[in-house]
Order: sequence, then C-alpha cells, then structure tokens
Amino acid sequence: MLAIKNLSAQVNGKQILNGINLEVKAGEVHAIMGPNGSGKSTLASVLAGREEFEVTDGTVEYLGKNLLELEPDERAREGIFLAFQYPVEIPGVSTINFMKTAVNQVREHRGLETLDAVSFLGLMKEKMKLVEIDQSLLNRSLNEGFSGGEKKRNEIFQMAMLEPKLAILDETDSGLDIDALKIVANGVNKLRSKNNAIIVVTHYQRLLNYIVPDFVHVLYKGKIVKSGGKELALELEAKGYDWIKSEVEVA
Amino acid sequence: MTNASVHSELLDLLTEAVLVQNELRTEAMQVFRKLGLPGNKNEEYKHTPITRALEKGLQLRASFVTGGALPNEDQWKISGLNAYHAVLLNGSLLPEKSFLPSQVTAMPMSKASANLQHVKDNMGTYADFRNDAFAAWNTAAWSDGVYLEIPEAVKLDKPIVIYYLHDSQAGQVKSVTRNLVISGRNSEAAIIEKWCTTGSNTVISNTLSEIVLHESARLNHVVLQSDTDAHIQYLFNQFWQHSGSFLNSHVITLDGGFIRNNTRVALDGENCESHLYGLYLLHKNIIADNHTVVDHRKPNSYSNELYKGILEDQAKGVFNGKIFVRPDAQKTNAFQSNRNILLSDKATINTKPQLEIWADDVKCSHGCTTGQLDEEALFYLRSRGINKDTARAMMLYAFASELLDTVNDAELKNYLDALVSERLHKNF
Ligand SMILES: Nc1ncnc2c1ncn2[C@@H]1O[C@H](COP(=O)(O)OP(=O)(O)OP(=O)(O)O)[C@@H](O)[C@H]1O
Ligand SMILES: [Mg+2]
Repeated sequence: MLAIKNLSAQVNGKQILNGINLEVKAGEVHAIMGPNGSGKSTLASVLAGREEFEVTDGTVEYLGKNLLELEPDERAREGIFLAFQYPVEIPGVSTINFMKTAVNQVREHRGLETLDAVSFLGLMKEKMKLVEIDQSLLNRSLNEGFSGGEKKRNEIFQMAMLEPKLAILDETDSGLDIDALKIVANGVNKLRSKNNAIIVVTHYQRLLNYIVPDFVHVLYKGKIVKSGGKELALELEAKGYDWIKSEVEVA
Repeated sequence: MTNASVHSELLDLLTEAVLVQNELRTEAMQVFRKLGLPGNKNEEYKHTPITRALEKGLQLRASFVTGGALPNEDQWKISGLNAYHAVLLNGSLLPEKSFLPSQVTAMPMSKASANLQHVKDNMGTYADFRNDAFAAWNTAAWSDGVYLEIPEAVKLDKPIVIYYLHDSQAGQVKSVTRNLVISGRNSEAAIIEKWCTTGSNTVISNTLSEIVLHESARLNHVVLQSDTDAHIQYLFNQFWQHSGSFLNSHVITLDGGFIRNNTRVALDGENCESHLYGLYLLHKNIIADNHTVVDHRKPNSYSNELYKGILEDQAKGVFNGKIFVRPDAQKTNAFQSNRNILLSDKATINTKPQLEIWADDVKCSHGCTTGQLDEEALFYLRSRGINKDTARAMMLYAFASELLDTVNDAELKNYLDALVSERLHKNF
C-alpha cells in the first residue's frame, strides 16, 4: 500500500528526515516510536502533504501512485488520513459543516452519490456513537476552546466519518484519560480491516495494548534505526532509548 | 493647467448652481472654500486620495446632469426584505415612489428645513462641518434628503430603507443629500441606506445624516455599499445618543469606486450602548476608507467596535478609529478591534487606532491584526479532502460571518449572506 524509500526532508533549511525506508501493506498496523524531536510528526506531515516541508530525496509510492505529486486534499480523497498531534482551532467553521463538505467531496471523488442533509446526519449520529462524542461539541467552531482530549476525540470522529485507507495517528493517545483511550482505540480497531492500514505514532506502550501493532519502528534523528514486532515496544517501555542511541553511535 | 487651477475649477464645479440662501449655508460655503479639497498632506486623508479621484473621474468643463430615469426595481431593491422605503433619484426625494410608515413624521428635507423650526434649529448642530471640506460642502450645498421623526414609544414593525439612486447615463452626476433622523424616547427603529448607480459616467455623492437617539431609544442602522465603480462616495453619519439609548451600526462595503465613510457616535448620556460593526470586502481597484469616532462624553456608557476586512487584487483599505473618553466620562467601557486579511501582494490596508482618554476610571482596549489566510488552518481543512478553493472560501466566509451574525434583521441577514457568499465563492 505504502512504500517509502530513502525519504529525506527539510524545513526552513534544516534537515529533519534522513533517508527513511518503510513499507506498509494493507491490513497491517505499524507503530512508530522515538524520542522527542526525532522527526515522527515531520514524517506524518510529509505523508499528508504539508507544503512547508521540502522533500529533498527519496520516493513515496501509495497505491501505485507517486504520493509526493499529489496535493494534500487529493491525498485525503485517495484515502490518507492524518490525525494531528496538535489539531488546529478554526473559529467560525463548525465541525458539522466542515465534515459535510469533506465527506461529500471525498464521496464525489470515489464516484459515490453525495449525501443530503438527512443521510449525512444519520451517518454522523452513527459515528458519534462510535467515539462517544457529543453533538454539542460538533456544533461549535472546529476545535475552538476544546480540551486536549476533546480535540483528539474529534480527530477520531473525523477519521470514522471519512473511512480512510491509510490512517496516520500522531500521538492521538496523549492527553486522553483511560476511558477515552479505550474509546479511541476501539474506534481505530473498528476501522481495521484487511484493506486498510494504520500507522500509530506514540510514546507509550499503553495504547499498543489496545491497538496491537504488527510492527514497531524506532525513529531517531530522522532515520528508522530499529524495527521489530510488538515486543520491541515493551522493551522500549522497560529500557528507554539510551541503548538504541548507543547502538546507533557505535554503528 | 496647474494643480491650483484644476483645484479651483473643481471647487467651482462642485458648487455650481448652489443657492446659498441662509446663514448656515453661507458659513459652510466659506469653510469649504477656505479648507479647499483635501490633499495628501491632510492627516485625515493621508491614504485616501479622494481629490485625485474627483479630478480623474469628473469632467471639469462639463456640467452635472439632473433628473434621470428610475431604473427597474429589481436593480436596486433589497430582495426578500419586507420594509418601508424612501427613494431618492440623483439627489431628490421622490415622495410618490416612497412608502413610509404612518406612525412617523417623514418629509423631504427640502420641505422640512423650510417649514419646521426645530429642523432648522437642529441642522448642523450635531455633525461638525467646520473641520472637513466634504462635510462643509454638504452643509452648504445639499439639495434634498429625508427628515424622519419616530415619535416617543413608537416601535416600527419593519425597517426603513433609504435608496439613493443615481442615473449617470446622460452625464456626470452630483448628489448632495442631507438627512435628519430623530428617534424619540423609547422608540425602536431600523434604518438601512443603500446606493445604486446606473450609467458609466461618474457620480459624486455626498450623504450626511444627523441621527439623534433620545432617552432609551433603540436604533439599528445599516449602511450597505455594493454599487458600481462609477460611484465616488463620501458618507457621513453622525449619531448622537442620549441616556439609556442603544445603537447598532453596520457599515457593509462590498463594491463601489471610491468610498470614504465617516461614522461618528457621540455618547452624550449615561448608560448608553453603542455597537459599531464594519465589514469590507474589497477587490479590483477599490479604495475604501472607514473613519470612525466614538466620543464618550458622559459616564457609565459602553461602546464596542469591530471592523473586519478582506482585501484582494489592488484594493486599498483604510481604517481609522478614534475613541475619546472625556474627563466627565468615568466608568466608560470602550473596545475596538480591526482585523484584516490580505489575499494579494498588491492589496493594502492602513489601519490606525487613536485613543484619547482624559478620564482615569475607564476600561478601554484596542487591537488590530492584518495577515494572510492562516496556512495551518488551510492545511487542516485540505487534509480532510476539501479542495483548496473550497477551504479558502470556508475560512473567508467564517471570517465574514462573525460580522453577518451581528445583523439582527433575519431577512436582511439572508440578503447580505447571499451577497457575501457569492463574493467569497462559497459553494459548500
Ligand atoms: N517549521 C519548523 N521549523 C524548524 N524546525 C522544525 C519545524 N518543524 C519541526 N522542526 C524541528 O524538526 C524536528 C522534528 O520535529 P517533529 O515534530 O517531527 O518531532 P517528533 O518526533 O514528532 O517529536 P515529538 O515526539 O515531540 O512530537 C524538531 O527538532 C523540530 O524542532
Ligand atoms: Mg510529534
């Protein structure tokens, strides 16, 4: 589904990604971990198409297409979804109106009929239940004044509405209480199927108890320096990153 | 021709055929001649080259046409709005085309000022004409307008729209109009002003209103500018509030040629409340200037001002907001904010707040921001599959709708919403 080869990227002249290689197949869940500032969000942003980040080397193939050539909104319509580490507040735009536009533009792209107000509301109610989010929140301006946890839940609500093929969750677990964490994980697991793939960026094993990954990667200084199965996350939880850092320095 | 001789020809042209029959007009004419038209050294017109616009737009050797034909209603009427209306054509009130509520005293200004002593007495006492050439010109040279008196405790069921129609098909038009509105104690009314030009010859309009709100009167006032680029417009609305009165003022600018608005409020009583809202969506080569004055003269009143603008193409905007808090006006709350979005490199905005506070126990704040569309927010919307144009339109509409939401009349709000949506290419 996704093949990242030797991907390097910079922002404001600062090199952040230094040759990333990663292959994600349909049906897989990949966890990306790594110390603060190692480039996890940058990788997520590059995949979502943020223009601020300049790709200096490498390729990304997504469903047989050159992903880097697509505009951010084209990528989303092709099924990529990024749950932001820091969701943006947009005054004056309600989540409901915004989602209605997004869902219909995505449906149009997929050759589906656009939803009228009634069927949109039906879909929304169903997904609201899934992530246990209140409609009053969705009537308000997008993320404006939302608590940290409410913002994260709103991200997962949007993901559920858009039914992406490849979801990238950037620290969706930080700021969530235990109950919310389960709800979010449950929402993600509902999306899991043999046709979809998920990349989970996280600092904590906790989330991976609920969303069990097939692969765990450690990103350090803009490179994937170690990959393994789900037990790697447990090892990191127990030992921290120092042993990996010294492995890298030795090499 | 030298600049000076162009200037004096322009003064002659503007005052051509003006009958100066009374003391006030005579004094105002002297002021106008003495001040002359403002040049770029004039602080109040620093970024607003109205004199140059007149020199370019008017033919100095041609006269102004009078009369003209009334265009089709669908060209100028606010559709979907159930309202009373007064219609002026090239500066003259057409009583037979007007439809005004029976509970109010309404008269052409030309008649009212000749026949009613209190109109004569009130004229020129609220709006200062001694420091501004265009206000002086208006006071000296107005030809007609509307006199409206809403009696004590009368609450109008519908807004009154004043339509200023201009027909410049046969030649350039000068339209100098003067209104006096008296809102009686405890009365409630809504007044809307709208301009409409047919014809491509230049129209110079100068509209000045003195609007008095007596004790506990409530007034909604809306200026709606969406005219053609043939129109050079000077507008001066002077509100005068007595104790307990409430004012909502909207100045909405969507189209035109050259626009200078003066919106001034004197809070000359206690427990007054004033809301001044402005929305300007400027494109092409439009120059639009909003000068506002909020003058707190007595204690315990509240004013809140919010002006927002979106500028694209080569448009130029000016915002100048003065707040005065006089020594007597303790416990004043006065707030001001001006926010702008520039959509092109060539669009400009000059914004200047000016606070002069002589009282010590007051709460005042002001702020202005100018920027491009928020790129992060744009990316967020697009990352959900919304195309760039729609995402932009969503954000611009959200910016503008904060102001539209403050319009009380639902029918008018719908009408404005449609105009704004079309301008911002809203298709969601
Ligand atoms: N716009 C920018 N300008 C300059 N430096 C940036 C910019 N964006 C990110 N960086 C830098 O790039 C590096 C990687 O940032 P990134 O957000 O990808 O880290 P991360 O792995 O997601 O960290 P965290 O775990 O704290 O979320 C950091 O050093 C960060 O300061
Ligand atoms: Mg991050």
